[in-house]
Amino acid sequence: MNGYGGKILRIDLSSGHVRTEPVPEELARKFLGGRGFAAKLLYDELDPATEPFSPANMVVFAPGPLSGVFLPGSGKVTLASKSPATGGYGDSNMGGHMASELKYAGYDAVVITGAAAKPGYILIDDDRVEVRDAAKYWGRGAIESERMLLDDLGEDFRVATIGPAGEKLVRFACVSHDFGRQAGRTGIGAVLGSKKVKAIAVRGSKTIPLADPKGVLAKGREMFEACFSKPGFKEWTPYGTAGVTDWVNEVGAFPTRNFQTSFFDGHKEINGQRLKEKILITDKGCFGCPIPCGKYSRTKGFAGSGREKETIYVEGPEYETIALLGGNCGIRDIEDVAYLNHVCDELGLDTISGGNVAAFAIECYERGIIGRDKVGRELRFGDTGSVAYLLEQTARREGIGDVLADGVKAAAAKLGGGSERFAIHVKGLEVSGYEPRWAPAMMLSYMTADIGAHHNRSWAITHDVATGRDTLEGKVDKVIELQHTRPLFDLLGVCRLQWVEIGFDLRYYEEIFPLVTGWKYTWKDLLMASERVWNLTRAFNIKHIEGFGRSYDYPPARFSEEPVPDGPAKGKYIPREKLDSLLDEYYAKRGWSKDGRPTEAGLMRLGLDGVADDLARLGRL
Amino acid sequence: MKLRLVEDLCSGCRVCEMVCALHNRGEQNPKKSAIRIRGEFPVPGKYHILVCDQCGKCAEVCPTGAITRKDKAYVIDRDECTGCGLCVDVCDGKTMFTHTSEVAPIKCELCGECVRLCPRNAIVDLDGEIVAPK
Ligand code: SF4
Ligand code: SF4
Ligand code: SF4
Repeated sequence: MNGYGGKILRIDLSSGHVRTEPVPEELARKFLGGRGFAAKLLYDELDPATEPFSPANMVVFAPGPLSGVFLPGSGKVTLASKSPATGGYGDSNMGGHMASELKYAGYDAVVITGAAAKPGYILIDDDRVEVRDAAKYWGRGAIESERMLLDDLGEDFRVATIGPAGEKLVRFACVSHDFGRQAGRTGIGAVLGSKKVKAIAVRGSKTIPLADPKGVLAKGREMFEACFSKPGFKEWTPYGTAGVTDWVNEVGAFPTRNFQTSFFDGHKEINGQRLKEKILITDKGCFGCPIPCGKYSRTKGFAGSGREKETIYVEGPEYETIALLGGNCGIRDIEDVAYLNHVCDELGLDTISGGNVAAFAIECYERGIIGRDKVGRELRFGDTGSVAYLLEQTARREGIGDVLADGVKAAAAKLGGGSERFAIHVKGLEVSGYEPRWAPAMMLSYMTADIGAHHNRSWAITHDVATGRDTLEGKVDKVIELQHTRPLFDLLGVCRLQWVEIGFDLRYYEEIFPLVTGWKYTWKDLLMASERVWNLTRAFNIKHIEGFGRSYDYPPARFSEEPVPDGPAKGKYIPREKLDSLLDEYYAKRGWSKDGRPTEAGLMRLGLDGVADDLARLGRL
Repeated sequence: MKLRLVEDLCSGCRVCEMVCALHNRGEQNPKKSAIRIRGEFPVPGKYHILVCDQCGKCAEVCPTGAITRKDKAYVIDRDECTGCGLCVDVCDGKTMFTHTSEVAPIKCELCGECVRLCPRNAIVDLDGEIVAPK
């Protein structure tokens, strides 16, 4: 099949059995690849009774049909699993050089099941696949073990690792790759940890078959040149995602001190300009990227860390990290944010959930819900030492960290004392870097994202600001449109930032897709595949979580009950009745029931007949 | 043309690898390119660009005379090459690349495509025949 590696690789760690099978054409035609393959494989093969940390859970790595191909940003792989953070469908995409390498090795999906008896790593060298002993890497940092593996295997391998947090089953442990790229969200690092997989090393030497190689060369060139000619090519790239910091703050949407407010007066010390002036070493991009958002930096330990004289290297901080480890923890120094970024990266913690969890603990401390005796020290917003301490305790599951390691939702359930109010999450996944109390479309995006409160499904804050933030009008349509367009990039296996950030034209993807695959798909056909997957992951959650539906789609009470206390959004919040009206309209427009369940007719229209049967059998249609 | 490498500008995207192989070999496969990018991470955090500098040592050792100078580049006649590997051994910069599915090694023949496509201007033509600033 043109555009595809052609094979699904299956590795069962319990039996040590490895096999490959050809990618069924029907799967590719309907689900395209990447997130589409991952969602379909998980939906079909996981029993709802499977616990996230049980050997039966699966971890899927899936590049897309455009991954590894000559076009801008062709380096994104989807990692997916039943999420230990939410108990539902979990995925996270990752840049770097893993998507392309998997394709060159001939694989469109790697499916890992079972659990090894002792720590191991998976070696994939074209057709040679082995599970090898990882005793010497186990316990080491995520970045440190990537370096060790490259030293041992050779520089031309591409390696993804987990850190100590994944080994200790921290429910928001990430998977790390290329010295600073992560599949950060939904705790897939912990699922690998539960399988005793420290790393995956891939090397591929094969050619990806293309329907029209000359056509791809010409169209790819046109696409790159179109990027070069965009004003954003020169203006956006020097700061990358960090460049948006000031704007988010100015519009009153910057997570601050555990989302207590949405404006941070220290933002000028942690923005893109500061990053560039103070700590940047080099721009660092993913495979095929003309606008490298990665900012590779140099920092030092914060005062009192004992590492003040050390030079510490880290990729970042990118915007989300600045928001959650910076503003949300009250940290007002770019070097300190970079240091905390480094701490998370080595430990293998998602910086978004990590920043949330630390901020949650600090707020609980300040409100007297957890005391000094329980924490082992004083905690303060704005104190880098407090945050570093909490992250380290969490990654090792020591002291209070053992509670925090399960994420804010579970931690609040355990701590009680009214702490639920300060647990900022949807479906168990902590909220990312846009405070939505004066941004209804962004709010709805968080509420309805399949994996929980993450922005990448629909980044609607700019739409809120452009079209009026006090009206609900038009918001639902926009969110649905974005929820089809943005995840489509994850089905195709490419980065969306060329489109989002520098205004690269969407029509190019429609134009190059047939040259790569030979299939005459229109943009509408591609969006339809994305909508199909959207309904499939919803169905996954309904199938796997008892009682899943509308009640899972509400944001934390803080967002609907507490007015923003200060800053540009002062006084704003979105009361429950408005949330309900958003949900009603959203479900209706999606063709879902009032409880947020896809209907038989809707599923049939999308060619998901089997899913309709499943849900009917469970009485959940 | 003559390639000048500005490694400090390189962001590791490997667009050069892709276009080299697709343009010259007609294949979507960076392992068939004549240019390679090596990262040096986590310390000190930089990229290296490996490509032939047209020194000509390979032509001197080739027993079949398959490597000859054409204009400013040394080029391999892939029909004449027997795959003996002497040129690969003698190449100081280790920029004579091999691939298991190819008999002849792969080297830069100065087609200029990487200069045109490198998003960062990390590869430029010293002679100014190809001017492609971005
Ligand atoms: S914009 Fe950033 S995430 Fe996207 S491909 Fe480029 S470097 Fe990677
Ligand atoms: S000049 Fe042409 S042959 Fe030489 S490395 Fe660049 S793309 Fe390859
Ligand atoms: S195309 Fe340019 S920036 Fe990209 S890897 Fe090659 S030399 Fe570096």
